[in-house]
Amino acid sequence: MTAEAITAGRLRRARYRSRVIWTALVLLAAGFAVTLMLGQSFTPPQDVLRVLAGQEVPGASFTVGQLRLPRAVLAILAGLSFGLGGAAFQIMLRNPLASPDIIGISSGASAAAVFAIVVMGLDGAAVSVFAVVAGLGVAIAIYALSFRGGVAGTRLILVGIGVQAMMQSFISYTLSRAPSWDLQEAIRWLAGSLNGAQLAQAVPVLLSLLVFGGLLVMRTRDLEALRLGDDAASALGTDVGRTRAVVVVAAVGLIAVATAVVGPISFVAFLAGPIAARIVGPNGSALLPAALVGAALVLAGDYAGQFLLPGRYPVGVVTGALGAPYLIYLIIHVNRTGASL
Amino acid sequence: MTEAATIPLRSPARARLLWLVVVLAALLLLGALSVAIGTRQVGLDDILAGLRGEVGTIAQAAVSARIPRTVLAVLAGASLGLSGALMQGVTRNPLADPGILGVNTGAALAVVVAVAWFQISAAQSFIWVAILGAGATAVFVYAIGSLGRGGATPLKLALAGTATSIALYSLVVAVMLTRGDIAGGLQAWQIGGVGGATFARMGPVLPFLAAGLLLAMASARKLNSLALGDEMAAGLGERVALARAMAALSAILLCGATTAVCGPIGFVGLIVPHLCRLLVGVDHRWLLPFSALTGAALLVASDVAGRIIARPAELDVGIVTAFIGAPFFIWIVRRQRVRDL
Repeated sequence: MTAEAITAGRLRRARYRSRVIWTALVLLAAGFAVTLMLGQSFTPPQDVLRVLAGQEVPGASFTVGQLRLPRAVLAILAGLSFGLGGAAFQIMLRNPLASPDIIGISSGASAAAVFAIVVMGLDGAAVSVFAVVAGLGVAIAIYALSFRGGVAGTRLILVGIGVQAMMQSFISYTLSRAPSWDLQEAIRWLAGSLNGAQLAQAVPVLLSLLVFGGLLVMRTRDLEALRLGDDAASALGTDVGRTRAVVVVAAVGLIAVATAVVGPISFVAFLAGPIAARIVGPNGSALLPAALVGAALVLAGDYAGQFLLPGRYPVGVVTGALGAPYLIYLIIHVNRTGASL
Repeated sequence: MTEAATIPLRSPARARLLWLVVVLAALLLLGALSVAIGTRQVGLDDILAGLRGEVGTIAQAAVSARIPRTVLAVLAGASLGLSGALMQGVTRNPLADPGILGVNTGAALAVVVAVAWFQISAAQSFIWVAILGAGATAVFVYAIGSLGRGGATPLKLALAGTATSIALYSLVVAVMLTRGDIAGGLQAWQIGGVGGATFARMGPVLPFLAAGLLLAMASARKLNSLALGDEMAAGLGERVALARAMAALSAILLCGATTAVCGPIGFVGLIVPHLCRLLVGVDHRWLLPFSALTGAALLVASDVAGRIIARPAELDVGIVTAFIGAPFFIWIVRRQRVRDL
């Protein structure tokens, strides 16, 4: 193979990947537009644009400006966070099943958030901070507990499963101590829901996306190097320890902030990475595409839960139910290729 | 099983008899504590009167309400311990447990669906539904976990179980959200507890538990053969598929019926067989009855602890077992070399 052929191949792959990203962006924008226009009633596009421009439109100002817009914005931001955080863990641990919602990090963040809301009576940004700190604590604990002369991926996942069980029962306990909190509301939040979304809630999620998401995207190359194994990554000039630390902090931050605001929307972090990897194929990193897939999942799941199903369901129930068949497919597929399990 | 290398196959008969006496004594003592300790302080004379069935004073009534609770804790603990030992034997997997494998959630989903959609409330049909749910989930998780290279490794089983459990749980939430009227009761049942037990509610389960127990004892010898590996067992004239099916059926009967009454209680089935292997070795003819006794003792102890820790309120036993069990799970994961897992 000549140098030109290699360069041409590299160029082709990069072009394919950027085509995928652009297509996803266009689709996402289209989905965003549809959710703004179409709910219980139809709002014509010119009215939507006028509302977005800040004008007062009778009727549309409330439905679009107060109900649909915050919901759609929050859906996209949370989806981006879950997708990025989940894919970062899956790539780093080299296992599609090692996503934060399966290895207990999401449960840790939601346990902290429930505790902060129910017992300490906090709300808003304070809950996010608490969830991030607890999420990091849980992540460090899982890492430390699975350390035995090095961390093996298998052991880390299993320890995470144990921690996850403990966090779940802590959540049940906290909820049972809180008779004043409307149970229905609690179940809804724990499933992950965008009910009563407000634009102000989007601010911490946006900030965490800028900070933590930015950190992750800047580390994409090092993260992809980790995929080859620690030794190969160091040989390629990646500082393995530092990359790991940055990735864990950033991914946990993304997941925890989003969880504190919208609840642990099940399986988005888990699904986004593998779906993106299938679309992108061997043509480059699946990190950014995974974020877009996550946003699309939450947006579509929320829309389906509100309007396409009989009865109204929170988005987490939709993604959880959708995730089940995919999960089975994934386990079967991973097992058959005998990859990392 | 790695234990076989470190633990003698047979402890001397005398040691085993000694342990039998110790466990029985502990169970009796804990049973007495469970009747004596609770939110309300009662005197010895009230306890004796309550045991005779008098309910003249509040104290005596409290004592007589604790008796069925204690009996239920003994039955549930014995069933779960036995069921865990059977599952670990059938799957030859140190991490098998009705909770980790998602079997409890399967039973819970079946019960929730039956209550919400089919208006089933008779205890008898409740149990059938729970057993069917448990059975279907067990088969499903095992089938997924054993696909691909290396058969049903502990990691694959644990992941398949956890992921299935998350997916099923979001279906549970979906059903509960549509039925606000029964959500409170179902959520309380979801945590898993033995509070509020009556003999009338326990009655219908007894035949199932008895059947499970008989099947379990009949499969003890077969499990010993299975422990040698399928080829060896077949070589010894064991019908491997039949032996597996029998032990698995018994495990499902036991944990499904228990879940129907108490709700999902995790980790008893995980801890108990490990402790018992340390005490009496790996011979299932001893291991199974010991697991039943130790399981009963553990559940009664957890129930009593839950009443003491959270005075004047109570901690449901499912939460206590999770907080004892999850660290234990992590300990097992750390103890074994990853390759064995």
